Amino acid sequence: MTSLRTRLADAGDWMSDRWAPVRSRLGKKPVKIPLIILGILLVYSLPILNPPLISTPNSDFPNVLFTVTLYAIVAVGLNIVTGYAGLLDLGYVGFYATGAYVVGLLTVYHAAWPFLLVLPVAMLVTLVTGILLGAPTLRVRGDYLAIVTMGFGELIRITIRNTEWLGGTGGIKAIPAPNSLTNGEGEPWFSIPHLHWEGLSPLIDLDEQTKFLVFGVLDATPYFWLALTALIIVILIERLVKNSRVGRMWEATREDEDAAEIMGVPTFKFKLAAFASGAFIGGLAGALFAAKAGYINPISFPANLSILFVAAVVIGGSGNRWGAIIGAVIVAYLPERFRELEDWRLLFFGAALVIIVSFRPQGLFPAYSARRARRAQREAELLTVGELDPEQEEAKRA
Amino acid sequence: MPETATDVVPDTTAAAPLLDVDHLTIKFGGVVALDDVTFDIRPGEILGLIGPNGAGKTTAFNVITGVYQATSGTVTFDGTVLRKKKRYQITKLGIARTFQNIRLFPSMTALDNVLVGADAHSKVGILRAIFRTPYFRRTERESKEEARRLLKFVGVDGRAEEFSTNLSYGDQRRLEIARALATRPKLICLDEPAAGFNPAEKQKLMQLIRDIRDAGNTVLLVEHDMKLVMGVCDRVVVLEFGKKIAEGTPAEIQADPAVIAAYLGVEEEDVDDAS
Repeated sequence: MTSLRTRLADAGDWMSDRWAPVRSRLGKKPVKIPLIILGILLVYSLPILNPPLISTPNSDFPNVLFTVTLYAIVAVGLNIVTGYAGLLDLGYVGFYATGAYVVGLLTVYHAAWPFLLVLPVAMLVTLVTGILLGAPTLRVRGDYLAIVTMGFGELIRITIRNTEWLGGTGGIKAIPAPNSLTNGEGEPWFSIPHLHWEGLSPLIDLDEQTKFLVFGVLDATPYFWLALTALIIVILIERLVKNSRVGRMWEATREDEDAAEIMGVPTFKFKLAAFASGAFIGGLAGALFAAKAGYINPISFPANLSILFVAAVVIGGSGNRWGAIIGAVIVAYLPERFRELEDWRLLFFGAALVIIVSFRPQGLFPAYSARRARRAQREAELLTVGELDPEQEEAKRA
Repeated sequence: MPETATDVVPDTTAAAPLLDVDHLTIKFGGVVALDDVTFDIRPGEILGLIGPNGAGKTTAFNVITGVYQATSGTVTFDGTVLRKKKRYQITKLGIARTFQNIRLFPSMTALDNVLVGADAHSKVGILRAIFRTPYFRRTERESKEEARRLLKFVGVDGRAEEFSTNLSYGDQRRLEIARALATRPKLICLDEPAAGFNPAEKQKLMQLIRDIRDAGNTVLLVEHDMKLVMGVCDRVVVLEFGKKIAEGTPAEIQADPAVIAAYLGVEEEDVDDAS
């Protein structure tokens, strides 16, 4: 059993070693950038292509894609808090709810602002909420922090439920969709027919067309494009922050808070910054959710959604943004893809999670550091056994 | 051997002390860990702090670096009283330390470990990072150069990209010193840097400590190894049961009856007679 487990875990490393030369060649920019752009375009066109096997037969595919993208945004945000700064946040849904409710309150309930104006407001309000909740809670560490954040997540939901000014139990109805982009006569610029597959032959389905760019009720495709654009912007900005001394200080705080403090890192400030950045991104996801759903109530934001968010990050690989995104795809997509299994799908979903966690405890795609550290440790073990000639290894590295 | 150490040092007695520990007392509940201890560290010297186990060396160390707060008495560093100061503020004032039990950031590279220390004296901000301001790029480059230079200085430059947890024990100890030096300290406190070292490594460490001083730092050394302390320190302060029992050059300390008594164990009356 153990050997099988190590062997499976090693398979991933073997793959990454095997692809290393290809990767380093891809690392040269001229090849890499067009490939990335092509990949992004492919993702954008997923709802149009409607590819067989990937497409969800029993639920609306563009809608599923939208949800998956929202989860991916959430995972990137939560990965900053949990993965980089090492703060286990079990109340992340609170920020998601805050973002959604600011949109609901300002677009229909108390005011009638346009969505594009409300979106940054929603994110800023969530940022402030993050600072207000983080300032008292981040003084506790580890498991205690997890419990306190969980409490705060619930607190936000219960406060909304009991406050008439926030919509109460009834929630907020008829949240308007984001403004459509149309030409002068209020018509869409163009329409794109979706593909329909008969076996492996694609047919153009003229009955199902996406109007560019009209945010309607039935077609989720424009919402998916909006969310995907938001996700890409979030990733670009998050990368800049991670690859700076801010990212280093988050990591140092996670590794050894006391040592970091003595090395001149104001750890509390940085934990709060991580918490607030996570909240900011969670608010973005919540705002997009509200604009798409059109109706929100406290039941939309249960505590187990927080757990699912954490599951996404941990399954994918805590501390690695791409891992977290893949974790989000798994968590949001698998249950929809296998809808025909009805109630059994949750059982299979649970089993899938257990299998992933037992065979890849660091997540499917662990942070680069964790992966390299394990390989180095194995090298050290081999050295003590004497299977590896150190000089030869040095030569290979040089 | 001890004389050589004193010979190279210019007379620093006249200069104002860099760190002044004045009638320092620390109590943990009923236990008095430090009892009315007074000593100072002059700029440019290597001061050894020794004593048997439980004498209060590490406690004194922890007060200086802001981990504990003094019950009474003051610690003044470079004209600033260290009271109710956050630990990172003390670092920015110019005190750096290493740890008795190594506390590096295990899953960060050696270079990144040192960079965390080097970042202590530049402004950090998320917005700066997002917009890659000229200030951000300049300080980032300077920090990296500084970190590489320090890795070379302590002798682990060949392993800059390795995870600190994968370095050998000795390299980890040296990396901790590099990380502390990266904060550009005026005073660097080394907590038992020779623990677990073999004689050859100790010899190299002594040279490193001298090099650190020659680079313009002041060193506070807490150490058990007498040969190392006597070989490298300009002055030595001896603690026993939370009290200072002696202070002086290594030669004076070695001849001090109270110190001999503390280390070898002598009948109570003999100590009183001797001191």
